[in-house]
Amino acid sequence: MLTSRHIMTMDDLSPEEIALILDTAESFSEVNQRRIKKLPTLRGRTVVNLFFEPSTRTRTSFEIAAKRLSADGINFSASASATAKGETLRDTAKTLAAMSCDLVVVRHKYAGAPQMLAEAMDCSIVNGGDGVHEHPTQALLDLYTMRQALGRLEGLRVGIVGDVCHSRVAGSLVPALRKVGAVPIIVGPPTLMPARPDILGAEVAYDLDEVLPTLDVAYLLRVQFERAARMPFPSNREYATLYGMNLARLEKLPAHAIVMHPGPMNRGVEISADVADSARSVILGQVESGVAVRMAVMYLLLGGADSGAAA
Amino acid sequence: MALLLKGGRVVDEAAGIDAVLDIVVKDGLIVGVGEDLTIERGETVECAEKVILPGLADIHVHLRDPGQEYKETIASGTRAAAHGGFTAVACMANTDPVCDSGSNVRFVVERAAATGVVRVYPIGAVTAGQAGEQLAEIGDMIAEGAVAFSDDGRGIQSAGMVRVAMDYIKRFGAPYVAHCEDASLAAGGVVNEGVVSTRMGLPGQPAEAEETMVARDIALAALTGCRLHLAHLSTAGSIDLVRAAKARGVDVTCEVTPHHLFLDEDALTTYDTNLKMNPPLRTPEDREALVAGLLDGTIDAIATDHAPHAPHEKELEFELAPPGTTGLETALSLVNTHLVAAGVLGWPAVSLLMCHGPRAALGLPEMRLEAGYPADITIVDPEARVEVTPEWFVSKSRNSAFVGASLLGKASDVLVGGVWALRKGKVVG
Repeated sequence: MLTSRHIMTMDDLSPEEIALILDTAESFSEVNQRRIKKLPTLRGRTVVNLFFEPSTRTRTSFEIAAKRLSADGINFSASASATAKGETLRDTAKTLAAMSCDLVVVRHKYAGAPQMLAEAMDCSIVNGGDGVHEHPTQALLDLYTMRQALGRLEGLRVGIVGDVCHSRVAGSLVPALRKVGAVPIIVGPPTLMPARPDILGAEVAYDLDEVLPTLDVAYLLRVQFERAARMPFPSNREYATLYGMNLARLEKLPAHAIVMHPGPMNRGVEISADVADSARSVILGQVESGVAVRMAVMYLLLGGADSGAAA
Repeated sequence: MALLLKGGRVVDEAAGIDAVLDIVVKDGLIVGVGEDLTIERGETVECAEKVILPGLADIHVHLRDPGQEYKETIASGTRAAAHGGFTAVACMANTDPVCDSGSNVRFVVERAAATGVVRVYPIGAVTAGQAGEQLAEIGDMIAEGAVAFSDDGRGIQSAGMVRVAMDYIKRFGAPYVAHCEDASLAAGGVVNEGVVSTRMGLPGQPAEAEETMVARDIALAALTGCRLHLAHLSTAGSIDLVRAAKARGVDVTCEVTPHHLFLDEDALTTYDTNLKMNPPLRTPEDREALVAGLLDGTIDAIATDHAPHAPHEKELEFELAPPGTTGLETALSLVNTHLVAAGVLGWPAVSLLMCHGPRAALGLPEMRLEAGYPADITIVDPEARVEVTPEWFVSKSRNSAFVGASLLGKASDVLVGGVWALRKGKVVG
């Protein structure tokens, strides 16, 4: 079982717990290949997807995960909810708490929203992405995908390329990689770097081409045009020239290395279409892993074996 | 009727006093300071073990009146000031409407006379509506009692606008009070840019957003000859700039807040919005540089930037909550706990940093513990224990960064013009 009730940041998980989640996800991924993809494990438990930002893949992934474990999943999206009428996050949390749910997955525009919910509610909180802060289940599914594709995590050199400072994916992936003994290298223009990359424990590089031959994983981040206060590079064309993953750059990667992207992709900016759709890309594998990893997270947070049938 | 303050430790660096003495007050004035004084009729207050200071002045408070009376009023804010040991406050202009006209200044003056328990000195806006585009009616505001001018709450971005303002204000002899923040560099940052912004995923503003404006405003003060007072400095670099400017003879003063002196960004371990400030809490090294600035005279004043907010405003996501902490009621206790009792500086320095320095910076009437001066007196019990709980505050708002702190020392009594504003720890009136 997990020591923390919540998964709000990677700090909530020890290396052993990360391994437990990945191993548990592996057993659930088998379920996802069956014709009847359903277990009775979380029957009678209520999982709320509380999404204050538009999301298709993450919300759907959590929703499918809850359904496959027989939990009652409820979607609460901000546009169709009380927040449009000016209710505070705290009041929304208290309202949901009064309805006795067991687990809340929250996606929010601002950092710290999961912590606010955890203070106001008496249930498990899973951070589905808070501002530019963290997105821990994405990091877990990325680890799962890497382990599947490359057979190990320890010692892997993972280049996280692009819009690091606006990326909650990087916010969780860097510490996650550190915890499992892999080596994160963040690569991008200085305008897209966090203020103090050193405290994250990542190596920093500005020249992608120099780094490529040393990598086991090239992880391209989506350029988040919507979050940047002012354009952090001159043009999409120049960005693609300096940092975009294309076939020529694919050649510079070691033969075993894989290409990842958390989606949604800006094709032609951080990744060219031919790379995205190539055999080296495990981008759809990431999506597939997402369901199994989120099943594992829900299962382990909500009591696991104690909750009824085992996986 | 006379009043005899008996046997307190009377400390006033400007008057050159630090001794156990008696003080006699009559008709609102100090009429005697000396040994073994007596009065024929009246009240004698035993002050043994107390420290008696000239009336403390907080030259940076937000009283929120008019327009945001749900946060604070002139009545409640001046009571909070008395509770914290202050006999005078200077209030910022970012009310609703902005205090940018003679009639708005008159409102504050009249409301303070009718409902206040300490002296209130209005600071007028520099620009109309604090929009940073056109001078407010400075002369009218001076005539109604404004003591200084500031667009505090936001920095004036245009150097040309500041130059015009300084040139214009100069002839009235009042200071230009600068909120130093380059908005294009601060870029909406809600914490210091660096370790904490990276760790917490919050937008940061670099120290340079403040320091570039400090440098600019010092240059413009030198150009125009206008008196410049720099509000709420928070970085080591800013203090260095002021130290160098003073050495060259620029007419500049500056203040720091208790929260920047006694807290740093390492306090931000959760998304506690009571720790959201503007300027943000900086690094431990910045904090040490501020203390060094107090000790070497670079910093003229401790001022609180008392910024009351209602719970529903602060109970929001960190990025959405308004910045600011209340400060009037905790400042003196913090100064005693972390500086005086800790042996960093003594009560004579406190009389400079919380009375004479701030008064001189804004040109407020001088207060001394000498015969002939108004009886604006702060009496401190340096051994009193203060447990800072939300219920303890007199202010309408409880958004203090120091809730939960256990502090040493508290104003026990405050006289304003010979009238009790605080007596035995309780606000009078």
